[in-house]
Amino acid sequence: MLLEKLSNARGVSGDEGAVRALITAHLRKYVDEYRIDALGNVLALKRASRRGASRVPFKLLIAAHMDEVGLLVTHIDRDGALQFEKIGGIDDRVLPAQSVLVGKHATPGVIGLKPRHLTTASERAQVVPADALRIDIGATSREDALRVVAPGAYATFATTFRAFGDNCVRGKALDDRAGCALLCELARENFPFDLYAAFTTQEEIGLRGARVAGHALAPDAALVLEATICDDSPKSREQSPTTRLGAGPALTLADGGLLAHKALARLLAETAQEHKLPFQYKQPLVGGTDAGALHRARAGVPSAVISIPARYIHSPAAVISLDDFGNALKLARAALPRIPDLDF
Amino acid sequence: MTRKENQAARARAHFPAFDLPAPSPTHAADALTPFHQLIKRLSETYGPSGSEEAVRELARAEIKGLADQIRVDAFGNLIALRKGAGNRRKKIMVTAPLDEPGVMVTFLDARGFARFGMLGAVKPLTLPGARCQFENGVIGVFGRETRGAADTEKDADAFFLDVGATSAQDAPVRIGDAACLVGEFRAAGNLLCGKALSGRARGAILIETLRRLKRATHDVYCVFTVQSQVGARGAGAAAFALQPDYAFVLDATPAQDFPGGDTNLALGKGPAILAQDEKMIASAAARQVLLEATRQTQTPYQIQAHARGGGEGAPIQAAREGTVTGALGLPVRYLHTQSEMVDARDVANIIEILTSVFAAKTL
Repeated sequence: MLLEKLSNARGVSGDEGAVRALITAHLRKYVDEYRIDALGNVLALKRASRRGASRVPFKLLIAAHMDEVGLLVTHIDRDGALQFEKIGGIDDRVLPAQSVLVGKHATPGVIGLKPRHLTTASERAQVVPADALRIDIGATSREDALRVVAPGAYATFATTFRAFGDNCVRGKALDDRAGCALLCELARENFPFDLYAAFTTQEEIGLRGARVAGHALAPDAALVLEATICDDSPKSREQSPTTRLGAGPALTLADGGLLAHKALARLLAETAQEHKLPFQYKQPLVGGTDAGALHRARAGVPSAVISIPARYIHSPAAVISLDDFGNALKLARAALPRIPDLDF
Repeated sequence: MTRKENQAARARAHFPAFDLPAPSPTHAADALTPFHQLIKRLSETYGPSGSEEAVRELARAEIKGLADQIRVDAFGNLIALRKGAGNRRKKIMVTAPLDEPGVMVTFLDARGFARFGMLGAVKPLTLPGARCQFENGVIGVFGRETRGAADTEKDADAFFLDVGATSAQDAPVRIGDAACLVGEFRAAGNLLCGKALSGRARGAILIETLRRLKRATHDVYCVFTVQSQVGARGAGAAAFALQPDYAFVLDATPAQDFPGGDTNLALGKGPAILAQDEKMIASAAARQVLLEATRQTQTPYQIQAHARGGGEGAPIQAAREGTVTGALGLPVRYLHTQSEMVDARDVANIIEILTSVFAAKTL
């Protein structure tokens, strides 16, 4: 299963090579051409299957980001412990005692924490800041550690992909390997427009890959496939769950970086209704995706987002529903051919 | 004066309305000039970020016949070109926003109360008791949770919107619906007050400048931008398309000439020529053009040395290979509230300055 391989692949922002290799191996069977740009984005073109006599084909860009949040080794202490920085938005509370894989050789490591036996009640009530934590790879000295890792090495959560509950899966990096898997599926199909599939880099640290991809491809419209916040556990205050797991793909009306193109968002919702596919609206104005950069490319690009709800996003173990995944794929298949007919 | 008379005089001084006739109103309500009526119409039109359609149509109708080309781009910006007649004409872009700050419904609870997020820099503390209006005319009243109120003064999550519903199902608004603040336009002498006024007064400035401009030397692109309040998103796209030689952004400059105010920027003392904000240092050449225009027109101006945040200048300045960009600020009291206040003299002076720039022989 491609999603499983993608989730297990290690690719923190700036180090997307392993994910890129999986994706290009898949894509080369299905697309007309692809290239890797200066920022490491995979930009693939699948030409329109039918085209009018003289009409220039519509250019639809569909983007999913390859990178995941993770850690970057910044310094090795004299005793062999690794100092690190967070890459992307990771909550300090999820780090202590996690198993991680460090560097090219995927050296197993543990983010160390003082044993509970030795802590005071007040220590336990506090979150240990990330810069006070160290990764232990079992090295006995800096020299020992340097045999397998060096400053600049990336670390990822060591979680492996598993089936989970009722047709759900658990894994790391489902944000946004779920979107990558969707886009890989879509690239197999034929559409009446030129499909530009962009697998982007460095989304988690500021939409950096998407910014240049949007400029280079100059699409007529853009659709982003994402994994999004799903906070559907019980709350003290009656408030939005952001999205609900299993309630269908989530459509963005507005988020922190985008006011979705109204006609495009409406088309997605109406298509879901017509095809009797479940869908939900993501809580407006929270989060952000590559669409925040893509819609501002050049003279502006009408943009929308389809997301898969992911519980525990940006943590070692996210959970998504394969029903949501399947319904997102069905929705995209049904809606995409209608996009070129919109009056932009 | 007897003791009794003395007491009566003091009472009158404290309570002047006791036995005195009401003062005649200083400013009759029907005294609005056609230009101020235009500002009023623009101010009172619904148009939070992302929902600028009605304001755009109003502006488009007003500039009909005043421009050589009018178009709306993919983003929704309204772009009007007035061609220049000069031999050495430059391409000048001037921006004013169509949109206004507002709120967007993010959740409806079982009793029909809405939670909301901000579109732009609306401050929660200005909201309780105020009203907002949705595109379909529905009015919402802002409220704030009282339980644990001490902790929630600044906590945006503690605010809600009462749209007169009894359940999520019968609520007349839906998730994603946007609302603008409600505030009737009023004029008192030179002071103009209303919701969305800082932005719409700037839009009116562009319209009125086009109307008064007899003969432009330069090609002038008046850009009425969308999504300015949520991070100047429309302006950069327009600059990319237009590739101007000079860009001048009409900004809103917070004036704090009120009790306990922090800055020395004031209403009525002329527009503010921006030195820098947090995302742009205004191009020296553009500042020079603005300064020269104030000299030519003998209009007062203020200098805004440092503006908080970033306006529409930064994305324009950074478009393509870069744009010579300056910003001229309309001083505004009570920015991002339902009662934004500007001075009509500042508005008039900006029109003078822009007209002078557009007609200048050389830049």
